[in-house]
Amino acid sequence: MTRTMLTGNAAAAWGARLAEVDYVPSFPITPQTEILETLAGWSQLGEIPARVVMMDSEHSMLAAAATAAATGVRVFTATSSQGFLYGFEMLYAIAGLRLPLVLVNVSRALAHPITLEPDHNDVLSARDTGFLQFHAETSQEVLDSILMAYRLAEHEKILLPAIVNLDGFYLSFTREAVEVPEPEETKNFLPAFRPAYPLLSNREPVAMGAAVLDPSLYSYFKHQMHNAAENVLTIYPKIAGEFAETFGRRHGIIEEFMLDDADYVIVMTNSFASMGKAEIKRLRQKGKKIGLARLRMIRPFPHEELQRVLRGRKGVAVVDQNISVGKGGILFGEIASALYPLADRPPVLLSFIGGLGGRRFRPGEFDGMLASMENPTESAAETARPHLLFTGEECRQVGRFFAIARGSDNTAHGSTRSPRAA
Amino acid sequence: MEEQDKFCDYLSGVNPVWCPGCGYYGILGALVEAFVDLKLPSKELALISGIGCASRLPYFVKSYGFHGIHGRALPIAQGVKIANPNLTVVTVGGDGDGLAIGGGHFPHVARNNVDLTYILFNNAIYGMTKGQFSPTTTLFSSTKTSPFGLTGEALNPSALAIVYGASFVARGFSVKKEQLKDLIMQGIRHPGFAFIEILSSCSSFNTTDMNVARLLKAIDTVPADHDPENPVEALRLAGDESKIHLGVLRRSSRPSLEDRFQEIEKKAQRGKSHGIDSLVRQFA
Repeated sequence: MTRTMLTGNAAAAWGARLAEVDYVPSFPITPQTEILETLAGWSQLGEIPARVVMMDSEHSMLAAAATAAATGVRVFTATSSQGFLYGFEMLYAIAGLRLPLVLVNVSRALAHPITLEPDHNDVLSARDTGFLQFHAETSQEVLDSILMAYRLAEHEKILLPAIVNLDGFYLSFTREAVEVPEPEETKNFLPAFRPAYPLLSNREPVAMGAAVLDPSLYSYFKHQMHNAAENVLTIYPKIAGEFAETFGRRHGIIEEFMLDDADYVIVMTNSFASMGKAEIKRLRQKGKKIGLARLRMIRPFPHEELQRVLRGRKGVAVVDQNISVGKGGILFGEIASALYPLADRPPVLLSFIGGLGGRRFRPGEFDGMLASMENPTESAAETARPHLLFTGEECRQVGRFFAIARGSDNTAHGSTRSPRAA
Repeated sequence: MEEQDKFCDYLSGVNPVWCPGCGYYGILGALVEAFVDLKLPSKELALISGIGCASRLPYFVKSYGFHGIHGRALPIAQGVKIANPNLTVVTVGGDGDGLAIGGGHFPHVARNNVDLTYILFNNAIYGMTKGQFSPTTTLFSSTKTSPFGLTGEALNPSALAIVYGASFVARGFSVKKEQLKDLIMQGIRHPGFAFIEILSSCSSFNTTDMNVARLLKAIDTVPADHDPENPVEALRLAGDESKIHLGVLRRSSRPSLEDRFQEIEKKAQRGKSHGIDSLVRQFA
């Protein structure tokens, strides 16, 4: 084991390297590109056996990934945002064909408007495809999750592809201390891929992708995928246990932060949870009984684990770093449906939208969310609606942008137009 | 709108964000000078782009602008032109945007002869994502995704445009501004699909292949006696490996997509059976 400083992107490349992947179809997009550049360099140097091939687009990249995986080799690829959406058609195909590859998504908010900063509308758009989803907070977790994702994806009772998600910029380009396992110990945890059904191998010719026009048969196959995804929930603890035994790090389905005696819980995902944890610590110092639950596994959705963590609490606030336009926070709805059957479900369940386009939390926002849980004054209907975290200062900033767009801000004339500091 | 007869009348006030030394400044200059000389009012001009360094250009020019999706500049431009044929539509984009992720659109806009001008900024690198090889990067080049050498052969954009059936194909160079301005003006005046490839250095990520000094030695003007109506000769010049020929390589006269729409409509009207009875009889 070597302890070194790695960006989230470099940790993803190391995860692929240690998994001894065979093939990496790729295509550049900010903020993911560093992953493929790192792997391309290692490949040309002969440090990894993988062929790293740059395709003409993400759609081609995922098409090639699918068929390569069908031959029985271990496939890795990575993308972000618009690229993820451009290849989206292939996500359903890869999952439906039960091809267990791993895709790293480096989250970036979607156009339009165009931006580079992260939120999770890209990765959560794939929640229904059949890909398993693991969302990482740290560089270490990125590396570890890739190794665990291969174990789960390739498991004969699962055979589904997996996404490991990390936040663009905040994690992709941030260096953190990472324990990089030795290749030998990694092999103990993740042996070479031995597919039970190597379809496009040279053993026996088979055709893939046949049409299933019978509705009953189609329903059967789709539900079979759902059952396979649910198998993850029972297989995960065993694999996480093996991982902890091999590497000394245990990753739960949900990370429980200061939850033991917490009356109030904030639910978050990915690296913005690090900011949430700092706020939880500060509120604890003020004597507030609050904690944070970080969802690591989004698909399959961990209903029972979530019920265990949240039942009996006085209040729960879900911070969604995404927005389903016309509905609200995506995870809020999923969490609400998991809690509804409980007799001792939290009486207060609030939805907050934060971190869109990489927006950072502002001072006082966690105090505000806690106050809303402690003193719910809104009607039930209002409570179920999403609350956008947004400050008066930001409103004024938007006003300045509008002034520039109207041309009434003459201070911007003749120079690069950008809002001045307040 | 006020009269536009000066260079600065076409500037939006947003300064370009390209790197110092980028060849794209020269292209922007030539483009705006062409607008001035053509006396093209901003309200009749639409600049369309995809994603990449070149695709930022619409921000800097006073006109209608659309900064689109990676690879989709041409279909977006086609949508604008078909819906509003009165607009002069100029599409700008890079070699990655136009020949890799968007490569599938190029032949179809060319064969349909959509009346728009497509200016492809060819710096033979993915500049915005900081230096990965593109479809026009030369074999064995060292880039961030091929540190020890590229395995793929480079595409030749002008040659592709000719075989795809573009009715106007020209090649320019970002430092040859007068010639470039003239080519752009010819392209905009051309009724039908006009393709202009512009060679450019990338001062940050491609200073070898597309080094200005190297290119200045490699370029030559299209011979004075070249007949752009001859597609075979146009292709020979476009693909000449001994010299990079600048100028109008190909020009042919054929109806644009809009002309074809009108032609087909007239034809359909002539053979049209009136009333619903004839339709009903078909199913009787």
